Amino acid sequence: MTQYAPGVTPEIAAEHLPTDEYAKAVEILGRAPNLVELGIFSVMWSEHCSYKSSRVHLKKFPVSGPLVIQGPGENAGVIDIGDGQACIFKMESHNHPSFIEPYQGAATGVGGILRDVFTMGARPVALMNALRFGAPDHPKTRGLVAGVVAGIGGYGNCVGVPTVGGETNFHPGYNGNILVNAMAVGLADQDRIFYARGAEAGQPIVYVGSKTGRDGIHGATMASAEFDDASEEKRPTVQVGDPFVEKKLIEACLELMATDAIAAIQDMGAAGLTSSSVEMAGKGGVGLEIDLDKVPQREDGMTAYEMMLSESQERMLMVLKPGKEPVAEAIFRKWELDVATIGVTTTTGRMVLKHGGETVCDIPLDPLSEDAPLYRRPYEIPPSRPAVDPASVAAPAHLGEALKTVMACPDMASKAWIWRQYDRHVMADTAASSEDPSDAAVVRVHGTNKALAITTDCTPRYCLAGPVEGGRQAVAETWRNITATGAWPIAITDCLNFGNPERPDIMGQFAGCVEGMAEACAALDFPVVSGNVSLYNETNGVAIPPTPAVGGVGLIEDVTKRTGFGAMKDGDVLLLVGETQGWLGASLYLREIEGREEGGPPPVDLAAERRNGDFVRAVILEGLANAVHDLSDGGLAAAAAETAMASSVGVKLAYDGPLPPHVFFFGEDQGRYLIAASVEHAESIREAAEAASVPVSVVGIAGGDAVSFNGGDTAALADLRAAHQAFMPRLMAG
Amino acid sequence: MKSAVIVFPGSNCDRDAAEAIRAVTGQAPAMVWHQESALPAGTEFVMIPGGFSYGDYLRCGAMASRAAIMPAVMAHAKRGAPILGVCNGFQILTETQLLPGALMRNSGLLFVCEKTPLTVENGNTRFTAAYQGGREVAIPIAHHDGNYFADADTLDRLEGEGQVVFRYRANPNGSARDIAGVINTQGNVMGMMPHPERAVDPVHGGTDGLGVFESILGSA
Repeated sequence: MTQYAPGVTPEIAAEHLPTDEYAKAVEILGRAPNLVELGIFSVMWSEHCSYKSSRVHLKKFPVSGPLVIQGPGENAGVIDIGDGQACIFKMESHNHPSFIEPYQGAATGVGGILRDVFTMGARPVALMNALRFGAPDHPKTRGLVAGVVAGIGGYGNCVGVPTVGGETNFHPGYNGNILVNAMAVGLADQDRIFYARGAEAGQPIVYVGSKTGRDGIHGATMASAEFDDASEEKRPTVQVGDPFVEKKLIEACLELMATDAIAAIQDMGAAGLTSSSVEMAGKGGVGLEIDLDKVPQREDGMTAYEMMLSESQERMLMVLKPGKEPVAEAIFRKWELDVATIGVTTTTGRMVLKHGGETVCDIPLDPLSEDAPLYRRPYEIPPSRPAVDPASVAAPAHLGEALKTVMACPDMASKAWIWRQYDRHVMADTAASSEDPSDAAVVRVHGTNKALAITTDCTPRYCLAGPVEGGRQAVAETWRNITATGAWPIAITDCLNFGNPERPDIMGQFAGCVEGMAEACAALDFPVVSGNVSLYNETNGVAIPPTPAVGGVGLIEDVTKRTGFGAMKDGDVLLLVGETQGWLGASLYLREIEGREEGGPPPVDLAAERRNGDFVRAVILEGLANAVHDLSDGGLAAAAAETAMASSVGVKLAYDGPLPPHVFFFGEDQGRYLIAASVEHAESIREAAEAASVPVSVVGIAGGDAVSFNGGDTAALADLRAAHQAFMPRLMAG
Repeated sequence: MKSAVIVFPGSNCDRDAAEAIRAVTGQAPAMVWHQESALPAGTEFVMIPGGFSYGDYLRCGAMASRAAIMPAVMAHAKRGAPILGVCNGFQILTETQLLPGALMRNSGLLFVCEKTPLTVENGNTRFTAAYQGGREVAIPIAHHDGNYFADADTLDRLEGEGQVVFRYRANPNGSARDIAGVINTQGNVMGMMPHPERAVDPVHGGTDGLGVFESILGSA
């Protein structure tokens, strides 16, 4: 006989927890949970907070390495960038809220990921984003793009952290569920990193930042469910951001962190006060007692349930060393932020909440986290689709026209309309951002001559065509993009966006992508240091394409040695690094020219990837290359066109091998780079390649004002530019 | 040269301004909190940096123009000492009426961040002498409210008196007569929407902003 506490009906219990999880909560408490406790179990055991479906798979990721200071499990990952400095970064999704309320959803996504980074003591120095929208002609797309971009810009610009890069795709697979993934990167001194662990019993629990209101209640639960036709009714679960408060919070926290006052600190993100207090107590191995009457409140008459589940933004919870409250108070008052001591850590191992003088919650903390549900959901990893026979792909009427079509398609088109709305230069350390011809953003480490290279990558159509290969490719492309700037790739964060994990095919996509990513991370010494899982990206039973977005960070010791693809010179020799089999499966060419979304993803040879990349990086650091570009969407033809447009110099491409020209030029074989170098340097590069057994071939020469193919077809740079720039303004003009 | 950078809650180009000043003058500026009532003794040059003071609530620059430190800044202006406002600093200076006109929402209604080609219209000011007149430069902008507005008489007077210092060569925001920066009649207070402090180092992709700081140093 299931028992219920007064005020809790079976219906209310079922809205919060599935039957088996409810039974477990009763077992942990030794009695039926009241409404407050039910709310707490519900958010802590939500997919979003507990990773209950994904945890068994995430264990496959390599998470350590000589440069890893902190792997997954804290607010963000931490890597060693030398000289006693650390880079702290993480990527996170805000998909569900952004679909329902694009401006605030995206804005608070940026705010949340920034807090994850400065919570650890880092000054945020760069923001990135990875966005996926539905078909351009879907009635919702234009409004969602406008709202999401304005929200990201509105928040990032105001807090004064440059938004330096990202990627944007359009596909009908996202019509019902867009993806908004934001990444924040920060810098700290290694001896001043702050963790959620570190609390001891008898220390004051201090709340700082904005007041608590009724916004965002059950946001984490909303983000753990599918959408249906009534999703718009969930607007009240979306939080409202205030970047001005965030900016003050950053400055105030960093000021307090420069003193010796903090024992542990945690931002209030998903599940707000609940998850922040549970995490700090759990990681510190202490109990806690909080008096909810002391929580700064924006509205009258808030219940304990509302306060514990509110996702009001720009709030932090910290455990201070005893007696340090006045230090914190002075700093937060100076910045005109709320500050209140709301409780104390205890030795009981229990989470006790008081409200109006009564105990409204008493939960043992260890079981709440340790006995959290763990699902080994059934899954079946789909094999890669069969390869496309190149013979089945007819030659286009005109290679130049085909190139224009590829460069004009939504995924390839210039995203200037988007990044013009982001302040990319504030903090005055941006060496390369979205506007620059660079495969990764490059941000100087303030006050030094070294720089971080940062990129986000994923090719969802590959992941759909073969999850394991697609997972490998997402990591490999990230590694390649960092390498192409001359930087050493160090580590990644990820944002794994999938459909409903209760379906074996979706769980198979997830497991497959994770497996492929883990292999690539291991082979490339590119560990995962932080990340986020977003499941239930489905509407009415239709799931998004599997989208494991990868955010990578690398380091270049001398920022002046960075290379992009905008400085090719007239007369330069074009060298192709890597092998070309002519892989058209799941390629952009096949989709845009033939209208076929079929075939398996390009195979990723991780040993070749590493060999070729290490070679290219050495070429860059020796100063031998004028331009370097990784080959990805659209293959050699697209990379050559982008290099030519950015350099304002044409290219004459030549190929007389066994493959049909369109297969050679548009194939998306992996592990390849295009290098433009002077005749003399090209010779040195070829000699070095031969010695290193790296396949390098001459594929053309720079000159003229068009991309031309040796069969005679050409595409004028002016026409390519016009085609490349047309899509976004046309979409947004409506 | 002793400099000061005014810091409001929400300022976010204060560090960049300080770095540029230090790089050119060799001396780090004092960072002056908005609640102070006086500038440090001996302050010569004052810079009001960009950002979102008070979150742009009410109206860009409106609340900052009434901050505790502002009477001291106004007095500094009256003494004829050099004051530069960049972006939000320009908005604040128009709100204090140390500079004429107002900055309205961009005509395209969107935030715009890009490297902008400019003409130095007046190379004979304390802020532009190093450009040696009439030069074309490229300096980044990043704003949502940079659409310069003043009535026709004021604009005519500004043009006639050489108070239009920078002009856009491709108007990004709808500014009247392509105006990107103006100076007061006394020639000691300048406001500009482009960010010279973001173009002072080869890493920035250009150093065309250096001239502003070099001019100020040369005039001291």
